[in-house]
Amino acid sequence: MKIGGIMAKDYKLEENATGRLVPTTINGEKAVPYQGVGKYKPTGKKATPPIATCADYPDDGNKVVGDLKTVLLKAGIKDGMTISTHHHFRNGDFVTNAIFDTARELGVKDLRWFPSASFPCHAPIIEHLKSGVVHHIEGSMNGPLGEFASKGKMKGMGVLRSHGGRYQAVQDGEVHIDIAVIAAPTADPFGNANGLYGESACGLLGFALADSQYADRVIVVTDHLIDFPCYPWQIQGNYVDYVGVMDKVGDPEKIVSGTTRITRSPDRLLIARMAAQFLRDAGIMRDGFSFQAGAGGTSLAFVDYLSRFMREANVKARFVRGGSTEFLVEMLEEGLTDYILDGQTFDLKGIESMREHPNHVGTSPFTSYNYHGKGMFATMVDAAILGATEVDVNFNGNVVSHSDGMLLHGIGGWQNTLFSGCTILTVPTFRNRIPILVDEVTTLTGPGELIDVVVTERGIAINPERKDLIKAIKGSDLPIRPIIELKEEAEEICGGKPGKPKLGNRVIAAIKWVDGTVIDAVRQVLD
Amino acid sequence: MGKATVGTLGEEKRVDCNIHLETKRSGGIDLELHSKVEVMYGDANRELIREGLSFFGIKNARVIIEDYGAYPFVLQARLETAVKRAIPDINDEFLPEFRDKCLYKSPRGRFRRTRLYLPGNFPNFMINAGLHNPDGIILDLEDSVSPTEKDAARSLVRNALRVINFYGSERMVRINQIPLGLEDLPWIIPHNTHLVLIPKCVSCADVQKVDEKIEEIKKEENISQEVFLMPIIESALGVIRAYEIASASTNVVALAIGLEDYTVDIGTQRTKEGRESFFARESLVNAARAAGVQPIDTVFSDVDDVEGLRKSTLEAKSLGFEGKGCIHPRQISVIHEAFTPTEEEIEKAKKIVTVFLEAKERKLSVVSLGSKMIDPPVVKRAENIVRLAIKTGKLDENWRNNG
Repeated sequence: MKIGGIMAKDYKLEENATGRLVPTTINGEKAVPYQGVGKYKPTGKKATPPIATCADYPDDGNKVVGDLKTVLLKAGIKDGMTISTHHHFRNGDFVTNAIFDTARELGVKDLRWFPSASFPCHAPIIEHLKSGVVHHIEGSMNGPLGEFASKGKMKGMGVLRSHGGRYQAVQDGEVHIDIAVIAAPTADPFGNANGLYGESACGLLGFALADSQYADRVIVVTDHLIDFPCYPWQIQGNYVDYVGVMDKVGDPEKIVSGTTRITRSPDRLLIARMAAQFLRDAGIMRDGFSFQAGAGGTSLAFVDYLSRFMREANVKARFVRGGSTEFLVEMLEEGLTDYILDGQTFDLKGIESMREHPNHVGTSPFTSYNYHGKGMFATMVDAAILGATEVDVNFNGNVVSHSDGMLLHGIGGWQNTLFSGCTILTVPTFRNRIPILVDEVTTLTGPGELIDVVVTERGIAINPERKDLIKAIKGSDLPIRPIIELKEEAEEICGGKPGKPKLGNRVIAAIKWVDGTVIDAVRQVLD
Repeated sequence: MGKATVGTLGEEKRVDCNIHLETKRSGGIDLELHSKVEVMYGDANRELIREGLSFFGIKNARVIIEDYGAYPFVLQARLETAVKRAIPDINDEFLPEFRDKCLYKSPRGRFRRTRLYLPGNFPNFMINAGLHNPDGIILDLEDSVSPTEKDAARSLVRNALRVINFYGSERMVRINQIPLGLEDLPWIIPHNTHLVLIPKCVSCADVQKVDEKIEEIKKEENISQEVFLMPIIESALGVIRAYEIASASTNVVALAIGLEDYTVDIGTQRTKEGRESFFARESLVNAARAAGVQPIDTVFSDVDDVEGLRKSTLEAKSLGFEGKGCIHPRQISVIHEAFTPTEEEIEKAKKIVTVFLEAKERKLSVVSLGSKMIDPPVVKRAENIVRLAIKTGKLDENWRNNG
């Protein structure tokens, strides 16, 4: 990894298969431009973590060494290392900021922070980026971090990956993690850990799986240490070097919500109802089918409408993929689905169900999303209902940046779920005078060939490539319209074609595709 | 030299703006714009403001705008209001282009099951209101607009009428109580207003004044299209005179009741059961039917109580009402469902319509079904049910041919 400020002269740009100019090196390391869906097939071996021996670990299994500072010192934290963390605690995470505060105290510099996602609570990292404790972030950058990076203030180039892409990057050796810090709601002294119990219960710890398997040093940090065995062992102690104890790893109220609420916005309800009706009318909603929907207000409303339609038609799903919420749990308990295959849990009902219900099954980015595996669950899902910040007339999607060029979101599992049988984006055509349907997305995050249907408040556009869907939906009273017509209507209301942001030459972040290639680059936003 | 401020009041600022205008003797236009959509529409906004100032002949002014993503028609309306507040003798209207999608007509005998109230000085809900398919959309200049903002609401409502596609909903405006409401009419009648609601109507003179003023404007503007009227009865006196009001003009197509004010007027409070207003509601239905216009019920004000709304609508239907007011788009489908005829009603109506048409074909003067004679009003009612059944998808349009 190249340390120091990465400037435009430090890398070359090359056109990738979509025509976007992308860097061929990222922070001094080689990067492969995107070649198309399913085109890039690397050969060779996966990353190889060092061999460990039991002789170096206590026979009584007690790896507890002290507080966070002690474990970081034990793990050998030093300049230029890659430190990974996970977003299981979402906006209630106490651990990440504590790690980098400790690093500053120890005088460590130029760290690469490799989170599975960042949240607004991580805004204090900006100070560490300024002072040089953190060199750059490879993970989602939203809110203040996104603005900081977008304005070109981060020394290194950021890298955004999907949840599956993160697993792939670690597995393939693209990212070598020196120290993985896994914050655990419950753990035992051996390092077995789960997210099901304890005050900071968050459900799953799946995002830390790759880190536990491939990092040089693996630390589990908990505020709820129990006697061996901590079961279920979502994280297996056999991968863990040290266990650290903190007073509090997170703020329970910000980790999960007590109740999840359906949107009250009439426009979003309309979109959700049309998306559910599309699945029904196109015949995708049939016995034994499967779907995935997120936890946003529109997705919840979608699940609610779809449940009603399923009840009316006496149809049952085989499995539903979450982000689980009480709405999915109700489907499971009512028998509308046989299984929930859960990737992350968003509310208390979800966690309780995961603890109690044998058919509420935890998954990980390895099982669900890893493109360099021998198959993944994402391709087996019949329909995925997702959001986006922009969609263009060629059905390309953007989830990472705003139309003003600022980074504002991570990719999450979005790219990975595009591989479902019918990928539906539910978006308004515009929002508060900001067009969402545009001529060309600001940042290409997902190629249009994988996006099948766009459901808006003003009608539904079907990707012309999906002739089967166009045929299947014939006879439905849903308003099916060309995407270009929807875009033009939005522009008419908003007052013409939107202007573009003023961008500099410097690439401030690379957007990875699920196979590790670079699908787009985000440029510095000029004032 | 004048000075004025116009714009959003309170916390809800979305898609609106604040404009502060100060005209000067010299120095040209000094425009300061802070916009949430600067990247996308900052230049377009500046151009629009300059065009507007030049339209009003203002060459020297300081203009400060806080823009929260106001759509062009909003920006235009706010600028016009600021200019007129600063220089009261300006009468010109800075009109956005009349969009083709705003020019459709509304038939006199259409269904008026739902009418969605939208506050007239609040642009955010206007844009997508038509997507929820209410039978009518009311841009309200009366109770939802504070007395100091009537001017701002008038130009905003006018611009909305010219620009926003309401997707086939009847385009309605609730004017202020007469006489103030008469001043609202020049702002709305030239812009394809289908129907005017006359609030707190107490006499046929109220209706006639509105009717005359509309005729005057139509003549000036060369408009031939009918403008329908829906008086709202909101007082004890109004209830007593309901028939008189309903038959005051041939342009009256419906008669509505407003219970909030009525219950105060009779010295009681509104309850969910509504026993206190039974007399008024049934009197209104009776008067409307006698005058041959549609009787329309009041609004149901608890947006979250879906079950209550359903019950209240079914009750309204059983009392003889044909429509109900909405204060939130989520109420629309509930009301439509409740007004949708039942299978039983549809079957009966089909039989009546069939024998009527057969009798007509055979040139019979008396229509009978079984041993019962069918009177013309019964046929008319049956035809309405069939029409509604077709509209709500309960019956195929070609039901007679398809068996």
